[in-house]
Formats: sequence, C-alpha cells, structure tokens
Amino acid sequence: MVHGEAWTIKELFVYPNEYIYWTIQIVMYPFMTGLVAGAFVLSSLYHVFGIRQMKDIARFSLVFSFALLPVAMVPLQLHLQHPERGIEVMLTPHFTSAIAAFGIAFSTYGMIVASELWFVYRRHFVETALSLKVKRNKNLPERGRYLLFSALTLGAWDVSEHALAKDEKAVKVMAATGIPVACLLHGYAGFIFGSVKANALWTTPLMPFIFICSAVVSGIALCVLCYIVTMEIRKLIVGWKRKNDPSLPTPEQIKTVEMYEVTMTAKYLVMALLAALGLELLDLLFRDYAKFRSWEIVRSLIYGKDFVNVFVIQYGLGNLVPLILFLLPRLTVRRAIVATLLVLMGVFMMRWNLVIGGQGFSASFAGFMHYDLPIIPRDIETFKEGLPGAILVGILPFVIFWGLNKIFPVFKGEDSH
Amino acid sequence: MNRRDFLKNSITVIAGLAVPLSALELISPRTLLARKEDGSAVRWAFLVDTQACVGCGFCVKACKTENEIPYEAGITRTWVERYVVTGKGKSCVDSPQGGREGFTSDRIDQGEEGHRELARDDVEKAFFVPKLCNHCESPACVQVCPVGATYQTPDGVVLVDRKHCIGCAYCIMACPYGVRSFHPVHKTAEKCTFCYHRITKGMKTACVDACPFGTRKIGNLRNPDDPVTKTIMSGRVGVLKEEYGTKPQVYYLALSREVK
Repeated sequence: MVHGEAWTIKELFVYPNEYIYWTIQIVMYPFMTGLVAGAFVLSSLYHVFGIRQMKDIARFSLVFSFALLPVAMVPLQLHLQHPERGIEVMLTPHFTSAIAAFGIAFSTYGMIVASELWFVYRRHFVETALSLKVKRNKNLPERGRYLLFSALTLGAWDVSEHALAKDEKAVKVMAATGIPVACLLHGYAGFIFGSVKANALWTTPLMPFIFICSAVVSGIALCVLCYIVTMEIRKLIVGWKRKNDPSLPTPEQIKTVEMYEVTMTAKYLVMALLAALGLELLDLLFRDYAKFRSWEIVRSLIYGKDFVNVFVIQYGLGNLVPLILFLLPRLTVRRAIVATLLVLMGVFMMRWNLVIGGQGFSASFAGFMHYDLPIIPRDIETFKEGLPGAILVGILPFVIFWGLNKIFPVFKGEDSH
Repeated sequence: MNRRDFLKNSITVIAGLAVPLSALELISPRTLLARKEDGSAVRWAFLVDTQACVGCGFCVKACKTENEIPYEAGITRTWVERYVVTGKGKSCVDSPQGGREGFTSDRIDQGEEGHRELARDDVEKAFFVPKLCNHCESPACVQVCPVGATYQTPDGVVLVDRKHCIGCAYCIMACPYGVRSFHPVHKTAEKCTFCYHRITKGMKTACVDACPFGTRKIGNLRNPDDPVTKTIMSGRVGVLKEEYGTKPQVYYLALSREVK
C-alpha cells in the first residue's frame, strides 16, 4: 500500500498521486514547538521584565519548556519515511529549504534554554552537591546524585552573593536573547507552511506571525493549567499523607495555587489570543475579499466541509468561549482550568485545520481529500501517523518533566531567583 | 616540540593537504559544466498534443513497467485525465488508476461520490490530457528539499537521490502539479525522470515509445533543428499553472481552459 492510502478518502477529482501525506504528527509538530516557545516567553516575562507576581509560574514554565524541547522533534522524526536519515537535515542542510534551518534554530534555542536553566539552578546544584559531599557513608543512589550534581556545577562552586548576582544577570541576558530566538523557532515553523505556494490555504506571509501569537497563547495556557493541576495534586497528596503522619504541614500551610499569578498570566494570554485571532481573521477577510482563483475551493472547504472544525470548535469553543471566561471578573481556579483547556484545544484545532485542512482539497481545485484518522493501528505506519502516535507525543513531555523535576526542582520553596 | 610549534606545523600540514584536494575538485569537468550558466548543450523538454491522445493508457502501463513502479500501487509517474464538458459548461474530470486501463466506460469516476453517468447528448466536448512531471526551470520541489536529495541535472531534468531522501514529503507538498509521491518499496520521493536512463543514451522515454498516436514527444530545446523545439518555438503551445512561476517544461498543444 502506498503511503497515505490507508487514511485518505478521495472525493471528486483528485490527482492520482495526491494523498494526505502530512498527518497528525505534522499537526503535533507546530503544536509542540508552539508550546515550547510559549512556555519560554512566559518564563521570560518574569526574568526580563521583572514581573514578580509570576515568579512560581516562570520557573515552572522554564523547566517545562526544556521538557517540551526534545519532544518538538519527535513528531518530525515519526513522520519521516526514512527516520534513520533524519540527522541529514543537520549534516547536509540544503539551505534553500525552509526546513534546513531547523537544526540551527533548534539547537541555538536549546542551548539558550539549557544555559538559562543552568544559571537559575546553579546555586541548587552547588548546595545539593555540598550537602552530599559532607555526608558520610553515602549509599549508591546518593553517590550517584553527588556525582551528577557535582558534574552539573561544571566546576563553578562559588555561591557568594557577588557570584549569584552575576548569575541573575546572566539569566536576564539569556531570557532576553531567548525571546527573539523562541519567536524565530516558531515563526520559522510558520514559514515552513506559509511559503508553500502550491497550497492555497497555507500560503500567506502572515503565517509566521499567526504561529507566534498562537504559540504564546498555547504555551501560557499549558503552563497555567499544569501549574494549577500540579499544585492541587500536591495539596491532595499532602492531605493524604497527613492521615498517617499528622506532623506534616496541613494542606492549607503548604504553597498552593497563587490566584494572582493565574490572573496576571491570564492577562497576557488574553492579549496574545486577541492578537492571534485578529491576524487569523484578517487573513480570512483578505482571502474572501481578494477572491483568488483558489478561493472558491478554500471557501467551500472552510465554510462547508470543515465548518464545524473551523468555526464551531476552533473559533467558537477554542477562542471565543475562553476569551469570555477569562474576561469575566473574579477568575476562579475552576474557571481558569476550563478556559485553559479550551484554549489548548482551540490552538490544536487551528493546527489541525491548517495542516489537515490544507490538504483537504486537491491541487486540481476540483476535488477533496478527507483524513480518516487511524485510531486502532493495523501496522507501524498507522500507529505512527494515527491517534496512538499523537498520544505518545502528547505524553512524552510530562514524562520528561517528571524526570527533569528531580534535577531542577520546580516546587522548591526557595532558590536564588 | 612545544605546543606553539605543534599548532604551526598542524596548520601547515592541513593547508598543504587541502590544496591538492581543492585542485582536484576544481578540475572536475562535470562541476565546471554545471556551474557555467547555460553551459549544457542539452535542455530536455516535452511536448504533448492533447488532440492526438485517445486515452488508451499505454503510456501509463509502459512507465510503470519501465520504472519498476508496482502495477497495483496507487501512484503513478504519469497519468491521463479525461475531461468531459457538458452543454451547461460544467466539466467533469477523472483519471481512474491514472487511466492505465484506458477509458472504456462512459461513467465518470468521482471517488467516494461513486460514478457519474452523463447522457451522450449532454456532452459538448471531451478530450484526454496526459500529465507528467514538468521538469520546471525553477522547480519548487528542489528548492524545498531540506537535504538536497532532489536536484536538477545540467540538462534540466529533476531527479531524486533515493539513497539520500529522508522521506519528509515537503517536495510533494511544494509541487503544484501533484506529480510527486512516495515509492511503495523504496519509501522515498518518487517522480517522473523523463526516463533519464534512456534519454541520456539516445533513446526516447518509455511513454513516448509506447504512445501509438504520437501524442508524446521529447526533445532538446537547445537544438533548433529538433522537431519538438520547432513546434514549441513556432506553434501555439501552453503550459500548466504558469501562475506559480515554476516555468514548466512540458508544453501542450491545444490546451483547453478546463484543464486543471
């Protein structure tokens, strides 16, 4: 069977070689990079602009951004027909291609996030390593931890006030350089689509900006959601543990969701959401007004076949409803959870409607293609390019975050920054 | 030897080694020819006479056999489209299995919609249009390949290096003509090569040889005496989707406005 045949349904006249070649993994790719970029921008708000109210969420989103980073590459790798050659994009880049810059953009960004994290957590590394160093009769895991944290200090053991002040300055510089690079990383993902002149739905110079705005929206939403959920889970766990050991602090005593942090962050989310929505509607309006040759088929797709996906789920449930939920006074934790979930779904649907919708019509403008998402995999291909593959990509960042949290404790009460 | 001397000597050795290596590359006549603008004495182009095509599908079959594309695979390097225009100006198009079995039925294939029956009296005009890669002068597929696995030869043919293609499908997305696909066995980007293995040995492409009606012709645009060049230069020819700026090199005689 030819690649794409398993999940493509053709209607009317479609060229014989046309199939849905870019599937759910390519929906996941911009979704994940968007979350990476958005989470980083959110953390930078605190570090660069000194918005103190966002301290907890900033540290959380920085670590989360780092956890998401390797996952942004996974969908690309999964969709390649020759994944073993994927590294060639970095080894033999063909610079006229928009994808060729991926290695450069991605690794630059990765290095910035890694070094910022290092400066934020250097004090923690040194303190952990020193506390383990003085301990006698270390058991194996402790010896391992000691070696790990000693290595992580990279030989910089100085935690004097002067040195920490320098760290703080470095964090600021890294966060400030990181913002344009994060935007570049994601704007560039938008350019990959926006520059495909053969696809009537994708080709628009606005695409990088639409991508950046929606990235910030999704990144903030995910961070707020995870922040609330993890804080609540911690509270539950402490309450549960306290039943056996009453000496532990009560759920009321431990740190809980700081509502002002959520409200503050929600403000930035609303701003980015309005910008994204504005750009998308401008694009739609322009297409409708200019009426290019392709408009007829694009219109019949978005106003017809994809109407529910585009206008009901994406714009309605995914943009408008959360906008109202956030703008209504006295934001509660529960309302924030619902709104952030809806926002995330809205951004995901935006990617879906773009990637799958863009392939929803034939280049002949005389037929349509429908993506029949493989839910139960029949072979490796339908696993990778179906729902199970996408779920795998969706779960991965949380697993990585869980691991990273052991090294970069997000919920520790105090640290240098 | 101290460190300074060691470094100095290393640089000298590397520089010394680099000179003969770069010289070797410089004198490669192939590279020189490719770098020189318009250096090639050959520019392959294709001519399709849509009025001569009867939709027998021999070209599609011949191509599949010659280029080892599994016969039952749902992809094809070349295909034939049937256009049926009704009196009300509505056009119906189909190309079942790329038209490889010929168009023996009056019913129009509409994919999931099933088949469409058209009354013979309603038909105003009907014709066939063979399609293949346009081997564009500025190919979008070559531009977007992230690893340079697809490239243009000095004589204008766009090819794919199966050993290097990563299978990202960006080239498939970038082609406005839908001529690219994935090979079901090699799992790499697949496309018409103008039968490069044949034309560079003085033969015609498999589809040209298979066409009993002279619909398909291949020629060298750099040769003014080539009959194909003469027709393209002096005849009324059209190309597909000129608006994309890809400068396609498959020319059509009697191209109708309905052609997608």
